[in-house]
Amino acid sequence: MRKATKLIFEQSVAGRRGYQLPPLDTPTVNVSDHYPADVLRTQPPGLPEVSEIDAIRHFTALSQRNYGVDAGFYPLGSCTMKYNPKINEDVARLCGFTNSHPYQPEELSQGILELLYKLDQMLADVTGMARMSLTPAAGAHGEMAGIMAIKAYHRHNGQQQRTKFIVTDSAHGTNPATAAAAGYETVEVKSNDRGGVDLNELQRLMGPDVAGLMLTNPNTLGLFECDIVKIASIVHGGGGLLYYDGANANAIMGITRPGDMGFDVVHLNLHKSFSTPHGGGGPGAGPIGVKEHLVPFLPRPIVEYDGTKYYFDHDRPLSVGRIKNFYGHFLVLVRAYAYILSMGPEGLRHASETAVLNANYMLHKLKTRFDVPYDRICMHEFVLSGQRQKNQGCSTLDIAKRLLDYGFHPPTVYFPLIVKEAIMVEPVETEPVETLDAFIDAMLRIADEVETDPDLVKHAPYSTVVGRLDEVKAVRQPVLRYKEAPGTDASAAHPTRPTTPSPMAPAGKAII
Amino acid sequence: MHRYIPNTDTQRQEMLASLGMQHIEELFADIPAQVRLNRPLDVPRSHSELELMTHIKALADKNLGATDYVCFRGAGAYDHYTPSIVNHMLLRQEFFTAYTPYQPEISQGTLQAIFEFQSMVCELTGLDVANASVYDGATALAEAAMMAGNATRRSEVVVSGTVHPEHRAVLETYGRTRDMTVKVVPHKAGCADMEALRLAVTPITAAVILQSPNFFGVVEDLSGAASIAHAAGALLIASVDPLSLGLLKPPGELGVDIAVGDGQPLGVPLSFGGPYVGFMAASQKLLRNLPGRIVGITSDTAGQRAYVLTMQTREQHIRREKATSNICTNNALVALATSIYLTVMGKAGLREVAEQCVSKSCYAYAELLKTGEFEPAFAAPFFREFVVKSKRPVAELNQGLLTHQILGGYDLGQDYPDLQNHWLVAVTEKRTKAEIDHLVRKAVQ
Repeated sequence: MRKATKLIFEQSVAGRRGYQLPPLDTPTVNVSDHYPADVLRTQPPGLPEVSEIDAIRHFTALSQRNYGVDAGFYPLGSCTMKYNPKINEDVARLCGFTNSHPYQPEELSQGILELLYKLDQMLADVTGMARMSLTPAAGAHGEMAGIMAIKAYHRHNGQQQRTKFIVTDSAHGTNPATAAAAGYETVEVKSNDRGGVDLNELQRLMGPDVAGLMLTNPNTLGLFECDIVKIASIVHGGGGLLYYDGANANAIMGITRPGDMGFDVVHLNLHKSFSTPHGGGGPGAGPIGVKEHLVPFLPRPIVEYDGTKYYFDHDRPLSVGRIKNFYGHFLVLVRAYAYILSMGPEGLRHASETAVLNANYMLHKLKTRFDVPYDRICMHEFVLSGQRQKNQGCSTLDIAKRLLDYGFHPPTVYFPLIVKEAIMVEPVETEPVETLDAFIDAMLRIADEVETDPDLVKHAPYSTVVGRLDEVKAVRQPVLRYKEAPGTDASAAHPTRPTTPSPMAPAGKAII
Repeated sequence: MHRYIPNTDTQRQEMLASLGMQHIEELFADIPAQVRLNRPLDVPRSHSELELMTHIKALADKNLGATDYVCFRGAGAYDHYTPSIVNHMLLRQEFFTAYTPYQPEISQGTLQAIFEFQSMVCELTGLDVANASVYDGATALAEAAMMAGNATRRSEVVVSGTVHPEHRAVLETYGRTRDMTVKVVPHKAGCADMEALRLAVTPITAAVILQSPNFFGVVEDLSGAASIAHAAGALLIASVDPLSLGLLKPPGELGVDIAVGDGQPLGVPLSFGGPYVGFMAASQKLLRNLPGRIVGITSDTAGQRAYVLTMQTREQHIRREKATSNICTNNALVALATSIYLTVMGKAGLREVAEQCVSKSCYAYAELLKTGEFEPAFAAPFFREFVVKSKRPVAELNQGLLTHQILGGYDLGQDYPDLQNHWLVAVTEKRTKAEIDHLVRKAVQ
């Protein structure tokens, strides 16, 4: 079934069709009469020509070369690959949502606005914040919106000299990238020997030139920052604000809240803790919540309710401005709303408790054979080091690839950067203990294999549709698009001979 | 117990016991008491599927959109036809429940789909390279402006007032944060004002930014703008409608350096504005400045062709504060929808849709003018969407049309003080002659 799949372009047959439109029922306008010649295409775009069944077979074949949560365990640390409930797909496809125009009158959009308003309130309670903006499209976009709000707040208070942002050495790459993209100089605070923020170092870095601190809690080691109250006090004491990266919120729902910990701004990844599908890389949603003092700076618009009707409030003079067209990834927000209603308050807490229990259960069983850089109770995820196995000849990458042969998606590897040969496991709450046991068993067997037959591990995987890839070649000889060879029938140009991409980039022709 | 959480209480208790614990609370000992939440979250009680569907269906039914009203509103979100297969393919769990394809051996489906998407974007735009997509057209435009700033090491952009007002607003938000000056040049008769653009461009201009077809539906002179930008050492960024590129000359052939746009017209439902998908394409020399994910071809150990995320040294997870952008996501599933759309429509279909949009919008335009209630606003040729000047205030006109189940055109007076009573009307291939005639009749009552 999983044989190599030609590109859709290589399956094109001139004249084949997969569509039919109704006959044009208005007078035909000749485009060359309507437009000057110099704005019209001389050649059609090189799109494929296939029938409907060709398209169905092609995309079905592609799907069979993928691995999703419905297929099996996906313990990808920091990504919270929990089950995506199917009812949420159904409600997100109701035509009252999908066929609503973003500029239709508010009186025709009351159901949508009500949903947004209520979701805002629910997420504000989950995070301990005053108000949310549901507009950000993803976690990194939420970070951007949140850092913009902090910047606007400082500017409003005449604190333009705050030009630095502190990030931790265990932070997600988006944290320093966002702070830099928002025009800040980033300063890194080191972790202490317990995997938390080094308070002395933080105290030393904090000053009148610092706008704030970005922090994930539990952090990317899966550890709760026990000193969070002191951290908040140091940052606030120096006039800075605290930003909460909500990537790890699946550990804390109903247990503790960023607002209560002292954070001023938080983003949530609805595609993580709130079960909306990852979609192979998006679309997600990254709402932000802020404390009262930052509400005026939230992106515009936000939804308000006057007691009889819901409406967009665009008139927000201190707002950072618009960060996206329209109102965010609305259909993703519908799914998150459905998830919260499915879970209820007890269910959300139960989810976090179970996620944390599952992680500790696995950590306990795996630490017999793998190094644990910070041996503490973990939250919803934990980080192992593959250093012992590396010394035996197999890297963390080898272990990850070997896990594919056992039918699992590997954990996150080589992150966080402060752990050598890091293996970051996040089991989530939607997996039964039988699955956890099977994964533990696979990891222990791989640890055995590393000792007895390292070559077996080093050349894995063996069971996937392709073997390990030459990533250096992809960079050195970049082929980033299909291009039909001149004068050839595309259907004859398919490179099933696998060794080189040359059929797609004939000699003498620039390779893109 | 909850239906999404499989471990039973007994299993949980056994797991705790294996850790030498009795109570789940023991796992949370690291969380200081003073920050614990000692009450249930204030969210509604747990709903069964039946209750959930009833509740959310009631919310959905309170909205009256393009199913209930005949939609002549566009302004960046268009009521086009979506072939049935698009949704069927998106519902394949292997696509929608997968993560970002960081493990290429088990993600060849997503990776190949993205490669095909990039290829189609290059075909439509006539440019050399494209990324795996970004959030939407507005953020694609803002990313392009930041990209131009990085590539040229300059600190201002000159944007035509004919670019979508919300896209300009997003650009200004990003600009404020990054100290990138955004100069807006007002439109002239519905087009970018070329002479004013020329005067606005300075030695610190990183890019000139146009949209074509612009917010008024008018096809802009991109090659003229390219000359102005390039003469000053700046780049030309064009926001383009991908559907129009079935007919119109690709921006890459007109001197555009970075083309961006929103994929919504390509089989993505209106969805109250999202999620849509933004695309970004550029000339070869700008490859290393492109933000976001990019998929390339390589081979595996057995020499088979395979796909992989590549050029990652541009990205945040490798470069951290030195990345080209903080963006992490691509809107992969929506990008897939547009690829499926372009696949089934193909060469001929994309052109036919675009031609039908032209014929039908020209028909509507002519019929509205014939009534004598509307005057032409701009002389330049348009695509799918046009502006007429109404004798009545547009708000009043649209309110009247709602009573006839018509969602009328966009009121340009909201964004352009000089365009009071100007009506932006979108006519897609879905509108029938009867619907257009109905609009014209009711618009004069």
